[in-house]
Amino acid sequence: MLPLKEKDKPIIQKLLSAGCCARCVLRFCCVSVQAAYRKPPEETLEELQIFINDTKNDKCQDSVALDSTDEYKLKDAAESETSEDPPNKRAKLETSITDAQSEEGAAAVVKLKDGDSRVCVVCLGILQELCGTTQAVKITEAVKAGNYEFDTLVLSVSLPAQLCVREHSCWLHVKKEVREKGLVLNKDDVIQVKEAFKWIMQGMVAKELGGIAVVTKVSPFEVSVEFTHSETDADCHFLAATCPDCFKPTKNKQSVFTRMAVVKALEKIPDGKFLKHYPCPPKQPTSSCSPQEVQCLHVSVFVAGRYNKFCRSLPQTPWVIDGERRMESSVEELIAAPILSAFRADGFNFSSSGREDVDVRTLGNGRPFAMELLNPHKSRFSKEQIKQLQETINQSSDKIKVRDLQIVTREAMSRMKEGEEEKTKSYTALVWTQKPIQREDISFIDDIKDLTLDQKTPLRVLHRRALAVRQRAIHSMSTRFLDSHHFYLRLKTQAGTYIKEFVHGDFGRTNPNLCQLLKTDTDILELDVESVDVDWPPPVPE
Amino acid sequence: MESVEHEDTKANAPSVIDRYYTRWYRTDMKGKPCEDHCILQHSNRICVITLAETHPILQNGRTIKCINYQISNGCSRLKNKVSGKSKRGGQFLTDFAPLCRITCTDETEYTIYSCIRGRLLEVNENILETPNLLLEKPSTEGYIAVILPKFEESKSITENLLNRDEFENIVSKRSSAQSQPS
Repeated sequence: MLPLKEKDKPIIQKLLSAGCCARCVLRFCCVSVQAAYRKPPEETLEELQIFINDTKNDKCQDSVALDSTDEYKLKDAAESETSEDPPNKRAKLETSITDAQSEEGAAAVVKLKDGDSRVCVVCLGILQELCGTTQAVKITEAVKAGNYEFDTLVLSVSLPAQLCVREHSCWLHVKKEVREKGLVLNKDDVIQVKEAFKWIMQGMVAKELGGIAVVTKVSPFEVSVEFTHSETDADCHFLAATCPDCFKPTKNKQSVFTRMAVVKALEKIPDGKFLKHYPCPPKQPTSSCSPQEVQCLHVSVFVAGRYNKFCRSLPQTPWVIDGERRMESSVEELIAAPILSAFRADGFNFSSSGREDVDVRTLGNGRPFAMELLNPHKSRFSKEQIKQLQETINQSSDKIKVRDLQIVTREAMSRMKEGEEEKTKSYTALVWTQKPIQREDISFIDDIKDLTLDQKTPLRVLHRRALAVRQRAIHSMSTRFLDSHHFYLRLKTQAGTYIKEFVHGDFGRTNPNLCQLLKTDTDILELDVESVDVDWPPPVPE
Repeated sequence: MESVEHEDTKANAPSVIDRYYTRWYRTDMKGKPCEDHCILQHSNRICVITLAETHPILQNGRTIKCINYQISNGCSRLKNKVSGKSKRGGQFLTDFAPLCRITCTDETEYTIYSCIRGRLLEVNENILETPNLLLEKPSTEGYIAVILPKFEESKSITENLLNRDEFENIVSKRSSAQSQPS
């Protein structure tokens, strides 16, 4: 039994005559019982017909005896037909009304018999044959083909924007009826097509998947179904003229009539204006919506760790100019390759707490990094498996090494980036001096503490950075004499300090610089990162 | 660190300029004899304008009286301001746009030119305070200006410039011309 009320009758009748399918009628009657939508549509239609005809028969019988219990029913009937007539005319109109009603009832029945073979004017078939077993099987097959690892899935559906316009039209169509009862039918109370679709499909998909996956509201695994209906795409066009500020021109060739824009325009447009430009009820379409390819997407998984770089000819990211690779491989590719294949991910985004140049090694504990793995088909890994993966990476190349590999949350990425700006780093540089030096000549450097540098953006990065002066601190230094023209310089500096420019001066654009301190031309022959002082990610015990 | 071959001088090892920059030259700018400019082009296409070692300012022990970046009533290169990654606001220069005027103590006056098309990023203010830098280190701390050519023109700007070999050729022709009897 459908949970319908008296006040729903005129709505049902009007919508069925307009060409709405049974399930859309339920939606406009605000039926929120999910099971009602899962019944075969023919059954629902029959129940609706019985419901509206039932009362009519009652009315016919009771038309003569006007007792209080029937008065309400009669009043309904009368008002639905002759809304303008004042109550005192009721008695006169009684007989003619009931006759008219029984004719109307008969006519309604006739229409309904043909009605459901036609495409619904509101849902364009979405709640008709497009939410049946065929669709469920199609979805299930796409999920199985993707070979994902998952416990739950969430179903999302994308409908053409013109459904909003048609919904709005039908709502206006019955609004009058509703208002005359002194009742209100809020557009928000009407059950959305999307919701009804999900109520019907979720159970069917779960069943087809053999009960393995529970379909919920929130899940890391999303299965998206998209429908299009080119026949009625033009339905939205009039809104561009009536509410131009809702529609921003897009740079790509995509349609400007997005769901959001259309919904916004429908909220703004006054009823009178809408009715002038769009038929009420909507026109009968000749075809149903077309389902597009089912898309599966698993939420990103984040993997973090620390890396060492032992090679002086390895860039951090692939070095490609004009489509030609200038240098073999890169830090991120060497780390990503085994991880991508283990997680069976479609792609990755690599980021780290700062970077080093191609010719600079990263020693010590290594530099923190994090990788976002896009659409991983496998996402559950034990600690042992991650350790094994780390081993695989380390065995694959002697140019890099990874430690503390672990799965982290998205929020953890910000912890890593804070290291880039705030934490200290330490380096060792091999310095060449033009003038010959002795041990005593460089010992004063060991005593310099918290030296503030003014560094103009180095010329070597100026093509891609803004021109600015940055103040950076060298907290401490220590020297190790090598020979009359060479010594090792250890530095502990603020994050963001350009070491090479401190050593050679960068055309005098870093002040003070080592040339000035030593009063001779100096150059940097080699640079190593000794430590990146960020205590994230947490160390993983061996 | 790995051990390094210890040399007394780094004469054979390349300097910063050798490693990252290509030297280009324009000789006798605006027809004035020997007013040679050296353009240091970084591999990232940024160019540093400097005096070539043959420029008159660097000859005969001259000293500098003043350097003026105000090249006309309405234009001072010191007022050049660039902002953002795309260096908006920088004065756009053509080959013969003056960068500055240098007056020496012997009253000789020279104009230094841009030599290439591009956006002016900065002029060297250190030489205003310490003109000696220009005499002692014309190729490094004594640079004149930094210019960023348009991306599309970064290769074509060198078409009008001489490379190191061509420059040395011209310079040697000058000395032999001088030594020839008139």
